Amino acid sequence: MTDTAAFLRPATLDEACELKAAHPDATPIAGGTDLMVGLNFGHTRPAALLDLTAVPELRAWRRTDDAVELGAGVPYARVVAELGDDLPGLARASRTVGSPQIRRRGTVGGNIGTSSPAGDALPSLLADRAVIEVRSVRGVRQVPAGEFFLGPGRNVLADDEIVVSVRLPRARGPQQFAKVGTRNAMVIAVASVAVSLDLTANAVACAVGSAAPTVVVPEPAETYAADHLDWSGRTPLHPEVAARFGELVAEGTSPIDDVRASADYRRHAVSVVARRLLGWAWAEAVRPRGTEGTR
Amino acid sequence: MRVGLEVDGKARTADDVEVGESLLFLLRERLGLPGSKNACEQGECGSCTVYLDDEAVCACLVAAGQADGRRVVTVAGLSGDDGLHPVQQAFLDAGAVQCGFCTPGLVVAVHDLLRRTPDPGDAEIREALAGNLCRCTGYEKIFDAVRAAAR
Repeated sequence: MTDTAAFLRPATLDEACELKAAHPDATPIAGGTDLMVGLNFGHTRPAALLDLTAVPELRAWRRTDDAVELGAGVPYARVVAELGDDLPGLARASRTVGSPQIRRRGTVGGNIGTSSPAGDALPSLLADRAVIEVRSVRGVRQVPAGEFFLGPGRNVLADDEIVVSVRLPRARGPQQFAKVGTRNAMVIAVASVAVSLDLTANAVACAVGSAAPTVVVPEPAETYAADHLDWSGRTPLHPEVAARFGELVAEGTSPIDDVRASADYRRHAVSVVARRLLGWAWAEAVRPRGTEGTR
Repeated sequence: MRVGLEVDGKARTADDVEVGESLLFLLRERLGLPGSKNACEQGECGSCTVYLDDEAVCACLVAAGQADGRRVVTVAGLSGDDGLHPVQQAFLDAGAVQCGFCTPGLVVAVHDLLRRTPDPGDAEIREALAGNLCRCTGYEKIFDAVRAAAR
C-alpha cells in the first residue's frame, strides 16, 4: 500500500458516485470477504478503497408488486432471514455461502462486482432473469444479468460505475439451488445449479455456475423441461424427462480442468444436480393446493 | 489514516493505519490485543471471530477503516468483573480446549449462537460453527461445551 492510497467512505449513494468518478481506480469494498483475502496476502494493492458499507441506500431492499429490488450491500444473512418467501432460490443459494461469519458480511453486490463464475448468488440471478442497476455521476443503467458478465472477473462496469441493486421477480413457483463441493461450508463451488419453476407461465428457468467462463443459461434445457412437465395435471416427473433435462443442462456448459475438478466431473455433476433439482422443484409443485410455491 | 473505535468497552485510537489493513491487524498489532487469533487470514478458520457492533464476523476480512466509529467486542470483552463468561467456563469444564488457538473465535461464535438460539439442536450447532475450524478436539468436546453453556 502506498502512502498516497486513500480510504474513501461515502455516506450517501450520490457521494459514492462522485468519489468513484474522482477516483476511477478505487476498488469498491463492501463485506470484504473476497477482496480482503487478496489484501491480506499482498496479491492485491488497490490505489484506493471505496467503502460502501456506510451507504444506507445500498443496504435496503424493497418489494414491489411482482419484484424485489435488492440493494447491492444487503448481506447474505439478511437474504436468508428476510427473503425466503419472495426469493427462495436466492435465499437457498445465500445459505450455502461460506460460513455464518461470511454470510453476515458478504453481499450479493459483491458477488456481482467480483464476477466469478463460481459466485453462489449468480446462478439464481441469471435463472430468474434479474436486472442489475448500475450508477455513476453520468446516470443509471439497467443491465440484464445475462449481459453483465463477460468472463472470470470481467463485466460491463465502467470505471466510474458502481453496482447499486438487483431486481429479481418474486417467485411464482418452487425455486431450487445446489452446489457441489468438498464439504458443506466454506467451499468454492465445483459446480452449482439453480432451477426455478414459474407455475403461472408454465416455464422452467435454469442457470449453471462454475462450469463455463461465466454463469450460463441452458435455454434448450429450459424449453425441453417446460414442454415435458404436466403443468395442468401435476403428475409426477418422469425419470426420463428429468435425466434428459440434466443432460441438456450439462450440454450447455463448457467446463475446464482445474485444481477443484476435471471438466468431465463438472459436466457429470451438473447433469446429476440439475436432474435432482428439477425433481425437488416439481415435487414442491405437486404438493396439495395451498402449499404451492412456498417452502 | 486514523481509526477510532470502541474495543471491549474502551475507546481506542490507532494512527497511521494503512488503507488495506485488516481489523485483525489493527487489534493485534496496533492496539496490542492478542485475544483474537490470526491463523488463515482468509475467513476460513474463524479464529479471529469478533463482534462488530452486533454481528460476529471474521476480523481478518474487515478493513480497519470500516471499523471506524464502530464497536468491537473480542473474546476478552466477554468476561466481566465476576470472572469468566458461562461460555468460556463451559469450554474449560468440558475440555473443549486443546492447543487453544481456535478457542477465542469459537467462544465468540458460541456466544453469538446462544444469544440467538438459547437451546440449539445439533444441526443448529453444526451450521453455526461451520466457519470455525479446530484441528485438535474433533469437535465432540466443543459440542459438549455448547450444550453445557446452553443449560
